[in-house]
Amino acid sequence: MVIGKVAGTITSSSNCIHISGGRYLLVNKCNQKGEIKNEFMVALDLVSAGFDELVMVAESTSARETPVTANKAIDAIIVGIIDVIDENDQVVYKK
Amino acid sequence: MILARVTGTVVSSQKASQMEGLKLLLLEKIDPVSMQGKNDFIVAMDGVGAGVDEIVFYVSGSSARMAETTKGLPTDATVVAIVDLIELKGTLTYQKR
Repeated sequence: MVIGKVAGTITSSSNCIHISGGRYLLVNKCNQKGEIKNEFMVALDLVSAGFDELVMVAESTSARETPVTANKAIDAIIVGIIDVIDENDQVVYKK
Repeated sequence: MILARVTGTVVSSQKASQMEGLKLLLLEKIDPVSMQGKNDFIVAMDGVGAGVDEIVFYVSGSSARMAETTKGLPTDATVVAIVDLIELKGTLTYQKR
């Protein structure tokens, strides 16, 4: 999974993904400390992540391994909201 | 999924036989803050009927074969959605006309 920060929302009325109630968020990729890299991606939100929260994004085939996204044209989903990142026994990020 | 602007279409007469009748789009990846192109282009199959100058997002890898129009086709990029609105920090950076 990659680490990213929720930067905004994307609305699309015309799509062929067919996930009812699907919410697409714009995610800015981050380093392990939660510092943004200004590389953006669109991901389906499964965990009700909010603006500016640090999240984990599962990409590629793994994004289809949930009941909601099975066999759908989806290659990135938000699978978790990050509370704490610990690097070498030091807390480098805390929500 | 990656945000991009449709900048044109791609025509190929000699191609894999399964691909006949499908529209190929030329996409330029964009930066959602400035909405400017990044001069990074990709050819994608069209799953939604997107037109030139529309902002879309596309799926890549094996997921590109999961749209109804691209089942079993040799593609690794498919446009799956036309974007209506992009909202960053509570302000609209893009609204489809």
